[in-house]
Amino acid sequence: MKLTTNYLGLELKSPFVVGASPLGDDPDMAKRLEDCGASALVMHSLFEEQLTSESAALTALTESIEESYAEALSYFPESAEYALGPEDYLDHISRLKKRVSIPVIASLNGRTPGGWIGHAKLMEEAGADAIELNIYDVPTDQEESGAELEARVMEVISGVRGKVKIPFAVKLSPFYSSLPNLAKNIHLAGANGLVLFNRFYQPDLDIEDLNVEPKLFLSTSSELLLRLRWMAILHGKSPLSLALSGGVHKVHDAVKGVMAGADVLQIVSLILRHGPQSLETLIKDFTAWMQEHDYKDVAEMRGCLSHRNSPDPGAFERANYLRVLQLWKV
Amino acid sequence: MQTQNGEARRSMDGNEATAYVAYRLSETIALYPITPSTPMGEISDEWAAKGTQNLWSHVPKIVEMQSEAGAAGAVHGMLQGGSLSTTFTASQGLLLMIPIMYKLAGQLIPFCMHVTARSLATHALSIFGDHSDVMSVRQTGFALLSSASVQEAHDLACIAHAATLPSRVPFLHFFDGFRTSHEINDLEILSDDVLRAMMDENAIQAHAKRAMTPDHPSIRGTAQNPDAFFQAREAANPFYAALPGIVQEAMFRFASLTGRSYHLFDYTGDPEADRVVVVMGSGGETLRETSLHLNSTGQRTGVLQVRLYRPFDSWSFLNALPASVKHITVLDRTKEPGAPGEPLFLDISSVVRAKGSTKWPVLPRVTGGRFGLASKEFTPAMAMAVFAEMQSDSPREEFTIGIEDDISGLSLRYDKDFRLPGQKFNQAVFFGLGSDGTVGANKNTIKIIAKKLNLHAQAYFVYDSKKAGAVTVSHLRFGKEPIHAPYLVESADFVGCHQYHLLEQQPVLEAAREGAIFLLNTPHGADTAWDHLSHETQEMIIAKKLKFYVIDAYKIARETGMGARINTIMQVAYFALCDILPLDQAISEIKSAIEKSYARKGADLVQKNWNAVDKSVEGVHEVVVPTRVTATMPRPFPIPVEAPEFVREVSGTLLAGRGDELPVSAFPPDGVWPTGTSKWEKRNLAQELPVWDSALCIQCNKCVIVCPHAAIRAKYYPEEALAGAPETFQSVAFRSPDISGQHYTIQVAPEDCTGCRLCINVCPAKDKTNAKHKALDAAPQAPIRESERLNFEFFESLPAPDRTRLKTDIVKDSQFFVPLFEYSGACVGCGETPYIKLVTQLFGDRAIIANATGCSSIYGGNLPTTPYTVNGDGRGPAWGNSLFEDNAEFGLGLRVSVNDKETQAHEMLVAFRDPLGADFVAEILAADQSTEAGIAAQRDRVSELRNRLGRIPENLRSRLDGLADYLVKKSVWIVGGDGWAYDIGFGGLDHVLSLGENINILVLDTEVYSNTGGQASKSTPTGAVAKFATSGKSQAKKDLGLYAMSYGDVYVAKIALGGKDSQTVKALAEAEAYPGTSLIIAYSHCIAHGYSLLHGLEQQKLAVDTGYWPLYRHDPRRRVAGLAPLVLDSPAPKLPLSRFTENEIRYRFLEATNKERATALAHVAQEHVNARYEIYRRMATSSLPEKNS
Repeated sequence: MKLTTNYLGLELKSPFVVGASPLGDDPDMAKRLEDCGASALVMHSLFEEQLTSESAALTALTESIEESYAEALSYFPESAEYALGPEDYLDHISRLKKRVSIPVIASLNGRTPGGWIGHAKLMEEAGADAIELNIYDVPTDQEESGAELEARVMEVISGVRGKVKIPFAVKLSPFYSSLPNLAKNIHLAGANGLVLFNRFYQPDLDIEDLNVEPKLFLSTSSELLLRLRWMAILHGKSPLSLALSGGVHKVHDAVKGVMAGADVLQIVSLILRHGPQSLETLIKDFTAWMQEHDYKDVAEMRGCLSHRNSPDPGAFERANYLRVLQLWKV
Repeated sequence: MQTQNGEARRSMDGNEATAYVAYRLSETIALYPITPSTPMGEISDEWAAKGTQNLWSHVPKIVEMQSEAGAAGAVHGMLQGGSLSTTFTASQGLLLMIPIMYKLAGQLIPFCMHVTARSLATHALSIFGDHSDVMSVRQTGFALLSSASVQEAHDLACIAHAATLPSRVPFLHFFDGFRTSHEINDLEILSDDVLRAMMDENAIQAHAKRAMTPDHPSIRGTAQNPDAFFQAREAANPFYAALPGIVQEAMFRFASLTGRSYHLFDYTGDPEADRVVVVMGSGGETLRETSLHLNSTGQRTGVLQVRLYRPFDSWSFLNALPASVKHITVLDRTKEPGAPGEPLFLDISSVVRAKGSTKWPVLPRVTGGRFGLASKEFTPAMAMAVFAEMQSDSPREEFTIGIEDDISGLSLRYDKDFRLPGQKFNQAVFFGLGSDGTVGANKNTIKIIAKKLNLHAQAYFVYDSKKAGAVTVSHLRFGKEPIHAPYLVESADFVGCHQYHLLEQQPVLEAAREGAIFLLNTPHGADTAWDHLSHETQEMIIAKKLKFYVIDAYKIARETGMGARINTIMQVAYFALCDILPLDQAISEIKSAIEKSYARKGADLVQKNWNAVDKSVEGVHEVVVPTRVTATMPRPFPIPVEAPEFVREVSGTLLAGRGDELPVSAFPPDGVWPTGTSKWEKRNLAQELPVWDSALCIQCNKCVIVCPHAAIRAKYYPEEALAGAPETFQSVAFRSPDISGQHYTIQVAPEDCTGCRLCINVCPAKDKTNAKHKALDAAPQAPIRESERLNFEFFESLPAPDRTRLKTDIVKDSQFFVPLFEYSGACVGCGETPYIKLVTQLFGDRAIIANATGCSSIYGGNLPTTPYTVNGDGRGPAWGNSLFEDNAEFGLGLRVSVNDKETQAHEMLVAFRDPLGADFVAEILAADQSTEAGIAAQRDRVSELRNRLGRIPENLRSRLDGLADYLVKKSVWIVGGDGWAYDIGFGGLDHVLSLGENINILVLDTEVYSNTGGQASKSTPTGAVAKFATSGKSQAKKDLGLYAMSYGDVYVAKIALGGKDSQTVKALAEAEAYPGTSLIIAYSHCIAHGYSLLHGLEQQKLAVDTGYWPLYRHDPRRRVAGLAPLVLDSPAPKLPLSRFTENEIRYRFLEATNKERATALAHVAQEHVNARYEIYRRMATSSLPEKNS
């Protein structure tokens, strides 16, 4: 029985990839995850803000206190010149590459075209096998149309494509008006894959202190359904590799993900909650399920319940909505 | 630093030039920071951190010590261990080394230390340069070798290291603090080949063989008796006799290797000079240039530069002088009160008298003068006066030059307008702020000019003593010939004023030569800029025929996303106006420098800077200067006319940058200065002010307690006091359960606010319909400055709340006490000053403060204006700074004295019980002064006592009158930073903790030496990067509180205003009330932590919530009730430590540079936090046995 899969042109030993998270920050943990069956590892994101505004702010902060006062012309050791740039991140790619033999996917997170895109090239040079471009955009400007926003996405993708030869996937939020069309354009702009979906840091409201607090909760299986729908819709329509990110916690979640069309499943919350061993268990259970259901390889299973292949395509469309509502009534 | 294989020219300052050599020729280095030598240690530490090797392919081991005495002790051990060692120091630091210097010299140990010569603290501290410190060690047996320029500091450092080995006499190599240590000049770098050729390998081996080792044991440091000591002491004579020859031989060798020739005494001038000035240090360069000029006019003068001062080689000295000399003037850069003359003068006088007859049939006259104390300028004009005095009919035997001494009449007059003719270099002066990057840009300009044009270049920077809104003045020179001009630019070809407001505050155009270019950064365009100048400024522009240009650099900075950084914009404008380098080439060089600086920090940052550069040239516009002055507005005087005369005349002149013009009589001779002067200096630093919405305000007074500059205040007062209030003055009904019918106001002092926004950040009162709006919001200062000024004036006229009705241990009440510490020069958003302000509010009217040297002594006591002030009764803190190391002892002495005065007063009362009234005396002696009401009642009794003084014998009345105020309880405070408390002053602090005296010790803990630029102290926590802990501190922070608790009877509190302000106030009140020793360790956020201090209070809260800074009070009185003395005021850590550390550059540095080490240290730090909390928890939940039970 074969678990192998192809993602972004990379031959992976299984569809189980460790998604973008702090899990890759420690090379020893990365190695443990590899030993537990992870077929690739996505690093945590290098943020556009980290590369631009935060760096600028901190540079301004340290510069503004230097060369002012005769007894203290600076406040930090010069040799430890602080760089919020990508050096450490790039070094970490090399560290991970030395520690694990599975592909290492670097992650770049941003929303506007700019100099930070150039860091994709540096990631490639540092040895990343692929890049995950996380386009994390929350539109707040009422003057900006959806089309303009999508055009900006394309500009960022083209920018990255112009910089690197290695494959890269685009990680999106679910909030685009026509995902199939967007996926088509993303492919045309040069990306090799799609990751569905990123999970926003959700702002929560502190009703006592009248504050807004960003929060991130770990995913649960309930988040899977949204991803299954779009995975199923896109499978077969687009030549892009498809990664499902968010909601895979149990073996049935994983099976559903692949059946909907995912080339790989990105696992994070499960491991954060239950440790690397849980990944090994998931893969073992997945393999057992395949055996039990007589699937010889993952390719057989992939997309069998996609929009194109589903016995009831309407279930992924508006009809599904009606049916669910009807059931609720009952 | 890179290994040099051949001589290369490079610009660097004297400190780096010296450290370069010292580092390469040392195996071990012991350090302690002290201005202005600190950069030598810092750069050595940075080289070591980078793995830079010394001459023997070895990375020197660097150790930071707890004091200079510690550094000298460590060096002694290193040397006795066989190492080649060095250290760097200055001023009081050098004095702390004296005992060990005797040992090093007595034991004939080859060693070379480097000293940036600096004033000693006398009537006042000064960080600036003179020879007071090195003159204080001339008796130790060290060889003293003096350098006069950056190149010489580099060269003589090498000669000193080379000569000490064969001679076995330890060397102190020195150069002028700031003038040489901080002057950037181009120099020929010594190659490794030269250094190697200078070092005597056999002597190195011999030194190593003398090491203490059990393989060849010996005993050193014996105690000798009268039968042996004297002879043994004389046994070293031959080493001193041989030393001058060894040094000269090293100088000859050096000359043969480099072509640069030095002698023990270097004479320059007419071979048949009749007048010679003898001098040490950088003043020699000025004298030489002046002498050259004089000789070109037919005079016969010369200058003798002393290089080897100890041992003083009389014959070399005499041989260096021309036989024609009739008059020798010796200039000393030090003062020795009461001596028959200054040291160099006395040496030379005695040599001339004793041995001069072998050279001169008639001995030359020898006179002496003092100059340049604490970096006072020494210019060619002053040098002219010195030479002229020697020509006069009756030259003074003793004089001063550079000041006007209208008390003793010692000063020479000089022509302030004199400039050496035939100016050989291009000169420029730039006025800016520390925060705008002017100095950095000028350093870069010098590099470009020196490198691209192959010109000689010099840069010197004058810095402010204020930390917020600090002004910088950059002095640049460059030309085809080497620049020997160790004085400020006086005849500038270009003057740049990078901050518009400085034009009328500082003597910006004074240094401009006729026809110079003047560039002003102003929001006014070329067509209106002229109309906004004062009468005096316009007059000077016309009189000097200046070419006047303007640029709106801030507009360009805003448009290009540069914020407040206008450095590159002004730099480009300079190149655009000065025809030094083709503009295209200059721009290309500037862009390349930008790329080098910012490439690691992001491509966008580089691009933004480049955009600003491109926009700059088109932003420069010429102003058509009218032929007549059109302004009627006079230049504003920095101090209001209603200020006291002393403040107006003295402080005002200092503030106007004209302090050099003040005569001796203007100054208090003992350094005792009036308090309450900062309120007269209106600095207007804030771009935005907090604006109060009285309707939203919940009257918590949190904004007032957190303000570092006492620039926002609260009052309640009766409604009738509102009569005559300005139209915009806000007032609401005062909310209080105890006090009714009063009104309440929060008022900002608009011209004193620094715009830190801490008050706005801490304000908890949000508009329920719009959470963005709070009871305090920021608004631009300019439109409301005048109305708020009037409001604040009115606010101050309102009656202050009655102290006797306020509780000292409640936050809200505490902020109705008038702050007696206001408008200091501390950093914007300083984390220390709110604590000091709070202490002065609660206890300031009866406080005596002993303040250790450091940030708090600088913002507390640095001229021109000082922040400690008085209340309406004229009472306020008496503040004093002794030194860095002795502050605890100093404070103890104050307490002992106060106690003794009180005891004497009691004794007199008892002795005169009957005439004064037995009941009355009993009342005074038994008075309860534990409350404000009790203190007020005692003050009334003291007042009544004075009324009754007539009842005691006349001859004792004034004595009791003098003692009477001591009957009112005094609050003695010992204040200092962690450098003092954890390191240099720890021994004294420990002793004071052990004595049980009623003293309050406030440690403002920033976890680094903040004042000298962020060096690690024993308070620096694990994982934090600091200077001398470049790779992150490995060890844990010392738990000073736990240590103090071990005495059992010390009240100890750990506080953090942002963590829990109520606990801060309570702890201070308890500590002061505690009838023994109290230690309060106050978490103080600091710019050296590396984040915007706007978030200081949030970060303090995180410090508490993560357990990084647990809050507690350890009150030994609780034992009486059978309770554990320790009370934890913060809960168990509820957040991981990383939530705190991730916000600060000092921690993130390490993550960026060494992730693995950062992770490991973070883990250790978290364990420390957990373990410490567990210790405290156990202590707080169990009773400790009674002390001495």
